[in-house]
Amino acid sequence: MTFLSKPMTVWRLIAKEILHRKLNFALGVFSVMAASGVVVAQFTLLRAHDLSTEHILQAKHAKAEVRLAKMEDDYRKYMKELGFNLLILPKEQDLTEFWESGFASATMPESTVTTLANSKKILVRHLLPIVQQRIDWPEQKRRIILMGTRGEVPLVHRKPLEPMLLAVPAGQCVVGYELARDLDIKPGQTITLRGTSMEVQHVRSECGTAEDATIWVGLADGQKLLGLEGRINAIEALKCHCVGVSSAQTRQEVVGILSGQVKVVLRENKVTLRAKARDRAKAEHVQAMASELASRNRLKQNRESLAGVIVPAVLLAAAVWIGLLTLSNVRERATEIGILRAIGVRGRSIIGVFFTRAMVTGLLGAALGYAAGLTIGIIVQRSSPSLRVESAGELFEPLLMIIVLVAAPLLAMLASWAPAMLAGKQDPAVILARE
Amino acid sequence: MLEIHNLSKRYAHGDEPVDAVVDVSLNVAPGEFVGVQGPSGCGKSTLLLAAGGLLAGDSGHVLLDGQDPYALDPDARAALRARRVGFVFQQFHLVPYLSVLDNVLSPSLAMMTDGAAGRAKMLIEHFGIGDRLHHKPGELSTGERQRTALARALLNRPGIILADEPTGNLDAESARDVLEYLTEFTRDGGAVLLVTHDDRASGYAQRTVRMRAGRIVEG
Repeated sequence: MTFLSKPMTVWRLIAKEILHRKLNFALGVFSVMAASGVVVAQFTLLRAHDLSTEHILQAKHAKAEVRLAKMEDDYRKYMKELGFNLLILPKEQDLTEFWESGFASATMPESTVTTLANSKKILVRHLLPIVQQRIDWPEQKRRIILMGTRGEVPLVHRKPLEPMLLAVPAGQCVVGYELARDLDIKPGQTITLRGTSMEVQHVRSECGTAEDATIWVGLADGQKLLGLEGRINAIEALKCHCVGVSSAQTRQEVVGILSGQVKVVLRENKVTLRAKARDRAKAEHVQAMASELASRNRLKQNRESLAGVIVPAVLLAAAVWIGLLTLSNVRERATEIGILRAIGVRGRSIIGVFFTRAMVTGLLGAALGYAAGLTIGIIVQRSSPSLRVESAGELFEPLLMIIVLVAAPLLAMLASWAPAMLAGKQDPAVILARE
Repeated sequence: MLEIHNLSKRYAHGDEPVDAVVDVSLNVAPGEFVGVQGPSGCGKSTLLLAAGGLLAGDSGHVLLDGQDPYALDPDARAALRARRVGFVFQQFHLVPYLSVLDNVLSPSLAMMTDGAAGRAKMLIEHFGIGDRLHHKPGELSTGERQRTALARALLNRPGIILADEPTGNLDAESARDVLEYLTEFTRDGGAVLLVTHDDRASGYAQRTVRMRAGRIVEG
């Protein structure tokens, strides 16, 4: 059976009618196409915005990652060379007082440093036990800082390193720059401090700190002068090598080894400054990313607001236009409707004819509109510096296509509702009597 | 086949009521060709539409094959029309964008029948327009258009053809052909109710009733 010898069907009737009234149909398709195109273009641009935002943030993140990785590497190198500098104080030491006076008043056993040095867990490389007090120098009628140290305590399980600080030999002292200048003290000269005579080993060069008013002696001499035999105020832990381990972990380790009998203060040095810089860079990066995201979101909100106005307006205009075109079609086909009703075609079949026609109009318009909208979206995206995507293919969204292909025919049918109902309710007797 | 009992129909014409049909009773039996004659506006067309189940009267009733179409719901009434009634109009009322074949097949939209396409072609050939199968109404002569309309009316093998001035726009030869086809239909057992003011047309009727001012005044 050929097509022509088949009985008449609604589809065939619609196809023939569409071919007969091409302009009416084309105008309907065009309106759906325009509406769908605007919707698709808007959503394509919003998608382009999202993709662009993602790419921008990814690029910035990658750039920051490189920068932070370099900082991390630098930090690691510095750590390798310098490590942390820690100051270990007696547990009882009031830190506020320590920061005010510049040295500790509380003491701890000198054996503490030995315990620390003998620990195999310790990551600290150089340990300097110190006894230190601000005292009166009655012979010169002035106040000075007396510091007693015995130089580096060797770590028994590590190979000996170059000493950080040479010990002051017993009976000798080192004098700070200001004291020497003020009192005209020269190396080789003998001075008397609290009744104890000692030879000046050398005078330190000016350093512009409290050290200029300090006298260094051997630890034992210092303990004796201060009446603190077997006691120390502090331990300087210098050049701690702790690759991959944070200062906090190192501090915890020291406290643990010494059974919680000490307080550990992190001395600021190049390493800590680097660490701070790294943390600051990280924070800045996070803030910059958040700021960029907020900026992009604001831009997106603007675009969404625009789409929120344009899309409903275009859809409404298209719906009204399709409704008018369908009404025009119904009126033009009044006689046809009359005769079809007269020969027994039911009212709902007539309604079905107009709904099906609207559905075909919507489907074709949606397909063309999707293609047009996607093309327009791609063109606009390419001409907009704020909408960068890697490839146009990224802008294709199957879900949007499905939604448009389903929604547009439904919208066209909805817009044709009233005219289709009017067609179905037309009284054939009235039409035929009029003719 | 068709029974009309005491049918009356009044229209409102502005504020004035117009009695289109007044207490009309008429029977058309199978195989009978009945003509209805009268001047314009006498109610002939109203009677025809009422007889075809398209226009309910204000009083009286109509029976088609013993069924009152106005007692049926609209879908059942449409189905009854599709099954038992064929219409032929003075203006032909062909669908302009359909070919002759598709126009003749258009009743199959209402009632799908086996072999509709074959019967449509047979009718088209029978009415001598086989060479116009794929022509649109606008490409046909008036006689060919009316033959197409007649073929369409016969597609579903109706029991009765209701013809409203079918020869009104035709030349003498075409009019004669149409009337002969209608006569042929009655010979095959069909009934014809022909509304006309053409004396030639009523000459083909076995029985002619005359109407004036909505009433049957003769026959």
